[in-house]
Amino acid sequence: MSRALRFVPLAVLLLLIAGLIWRLANPGDSVIRSKLEGRPVPAFALPAALPTKAGLTSADLATGRPRLVNFFASWCGPCITEVKVLQELKRRGVAIDGIAVRDRSEDVTDFLARRGDPYARIGSDLQSRVQIALGSSGVPESFVVDGKGMIRYQHVGPIKDSDVPLILAKLEQAR
Amino acid sequence: MIAEAGLAALWLAAGLAALQFVLMIAALRAKQDVGRAIRSVAVVQGALALVAFAMLLWVFARTDLSVALVAANSHSAKPFVYKIAGAWGNHEGSMLLWVTVLSVAGAFFAWLSRRTSGRTLVAALGAQAALALGFYAFLLTASNPFARLSPAPAEGRGLNPLLQDPGLAFHPPTLYLGYVGLSVAFSLAVGAMLTGEVDSKLARAMRPWVLAAWIFLTLGITAGSYWAYYELGWGGWWFWDPVENASLMPWLAATALLHSINVLAARGALKAWTMMLAVIAFSMSMVGTFLVRSGVLTSVHAFAIDPARGTFLLALLAIYVGAAFTLFALRAASFREGAPFELVSREAGLVVNNLLLSVILGVVFVGTLYPLFAEALTGEKLSVGAPYFNSVAGPLALLLATLIGIGPLLAWRRSKRPIGKRLTVPALLAASVLVTTIILAPRMGPLPRLGLTVAAWLAAASILPLTGRNPLRAPLATWGMVLAHFGIAVALAGMAANAAFTSEKLAVARPGETLAVGPWLVQLQGVNPTAGPNWTATEADLRATRGEGLLTLKPQNRYFTDPPTETNEAAIATVWNGQLYTVVGRPDGNGGWQIRLWWKPFVTLIWLGGGLIGLGGVIALLGHVWLRRRSGRTWGRRGYA
Repeated sequence: MSRALRFVPLAVLLLLIAGLIWRLANPGDSVIRSKLEGRPVPAFALPAALPTKAGLTSADLATGRPRLVNFFASWCGPCITEVKVLQELKRRGVAIDGIAVRDRSEDVTDFLARRGDPYARIGSDLQSRVQIALGSSGVPESFVVDGKGMIRYQHVGPIKDSDVPLILAKLEQAR
Repeated sequence: MIAEAGLAALWLAAGLAALQFVLMIAALRAKQDVGRAIRSVAVVQGALALVAFAMLLWVFARTDLSVALVAANSHSAKPFVYKIAGAWGNHEGSMLLWVTVLSVAGAFFAWLSRRTSGRTLVAALGAQAALALGFYAFLLTASNPFARLSPAPAEGRGLNPLLQDPGLAFHPPTLYLGYVGLSVAFSLAVGAMLTGEVDSKLARAMRPWVLAAWIFLTLGITAGSYWAYYELGWGGWWFWDPVENASLMPWLAATALLHSINVLAARGALKAWTMMLAVIAFSMSMVGTFLVRSGVLTSVHAFAIDPARGTFLLALLAIYVGAAFTLFALRAASFREGAPFELVSREAGLVVNNLLLSVILGVVFVGTLYPLFAEALTGEKLSVGAPYFNSVAGPLALLLATLIGIGPLLAWRRSKRPIGKRLTVPALLAASVLVTTIILAPRMGPLPRLGLTVAAWLAAASILPLTGRNPLRAPLATWGMVLAHFGIAVALAGMAANAAFTSEKLAVARPGETLAVGPWLVQLQGVNPTAGPNWTATEADLRATRGEGLLTLKPQNRYFTDPPTETNEAAIATVWNGQLYTVVGRPDGNGGWQIRLWWKPFVTLIWLGGGLIGLGGVIALLGHVWLRRRSGRTWGRRGYA
């Protein structure tokens, strides 16, 4: 066996150790950023989910001020707790639009009557088409969209009380 | 008191490990004969580690919530068997189990190994003590399992419900026996490299340990695969998850070692290679332990990341493996290779086996760690998935399985007898399977098709070593080898059939509706609430039939309260030619339920094959132990495994 060959295992080990030290020093960030952040909202036009409130189109999102778009559903458990937080955001002056996913008009009406209605407009996404176009995999999920209709932040899962400062900061950055 | 007794035993064991190491240095430098002393120290050290672990089991059995580890991982309402299993279902407990197995293996080695030469035995026991010492230090300074909590909480936090399963009670301890059993091979290799006594005698001393560890690894991996299959509810049996790979890599290295060690034992050849494999096999166990316990790789086995502990473990890994490889680099030149062999010979066959296994090991190693290095160098996050492993390791494994049919038929040193004639039947069988699948299933993928073909070839070829002489007079080791190789054919058939013929159905069904999957018609009778000792569940009532007979399956969606978690309990019906696998999901809000069905023909062969491979190992081990009792005869030349 040649001399160099005998040191190969040691060299591989040193490489491995170096890689693992780097990983321990830079703990992995398991958050995967949305590929759509920094891109315009795909064009869509959703009919109204409620007879009393306007539907939602992509043009409604480019109004010159940042908005929060929230995917929800009356059949979704975590959405019940999230509505309270959304109302707190609304009280602080955040413009929120809703997209009801795979939901019936009467169920949405009932849900909002019982839990409160933080939404300016609500589109009805019966087939999850818009949800998929925006790269959202479940409800609830929320997007911060800036005044020009660009997606600036995607929030997976419910917005909790502890997330309020984060959402407000993202909206501020989108200004 | 019990926890304090356990901690005291741990400190004493650490002290004895230090003494054991010092004795080894003294023996090697001053040429003193410390054989008897070092062996007694090793046995007592192992006993003390066992006492410490028994104390941990005790506090878990009594749910002593004043012990921090129990409070964090147990709960008074948990079934008794999971209270016990909870002892090693956490970081500190599993590290204590690890070091206990290490020390007990060292104790048995000291007690049983009369055949190892004195100096090498002392050096190996010293190396084993050095290994144990590092892990004792880790437990005592960074992961004390016996730390008290004051005041004691009124109730514990429970155990991850995924782990509340009979599979957990046996899977990690079995794997640990395999991982850590390889430490004896490591220590023996280091000891022999220190004394320069790398010879066939060493190989014969090392072989039972490698074989025993390999059996436990084989069974542990097989059991873990089945656990993931039925508990995770994803219907797959292998996910190329980093933690699965962490158990596969030592197995691949141990399998290669198991074969090369025979060349060293029988012919005195492949010295440097075998020593390197012995070091690599246990190093892979340590890398695996590090990857699992430090949580540096994203995996379904989500363990908390603790940089301090990770650094400690990494330092141990660097010291031990670095020292062993440095020793190897310095000493490898001094090994005098044994008898030469020709291109067509048993030795050459085993070299090919080793090369293929090493390449597969390299493929898995690179695939597992590539995301880490890619992110370190380019900052880009990526993951290496099943397509890479299947398409790179798959063909290599098929090539290896094909050659397994031929290798055992070759004679040592120089194979003169033509073997083509003996392989006629396997070749015809393989050809007919190939033609049949092309006619009946023209759209099957190439890997499953070749898998079925090679499985047929190997099933027939693997039993050939028993033919041509009276099989009852063949050595037990040969029987073990044949059974293990036949087990590979069985497992391969299961993998290929599962990949080729599985049918899957994901649908929303209302009570009364019938779904079709493969040859089965499955009717949803209803979904009912049910409850267990520490969970509630929604349980689907499914009736399955394929013409005759009616099977009832009750998959569940379980909700645990401590800690709040939801798990899927698949319901699986096993019939002679496969398994019907059913999972119930969430309601769709309109009275329907998500139902997922799989029909998996012959999938059970995968684990049956794994069991046969392990059983073959057990028989070979019995053969080697039994043969040692009958001295004088050189069965070892013909015996194999």
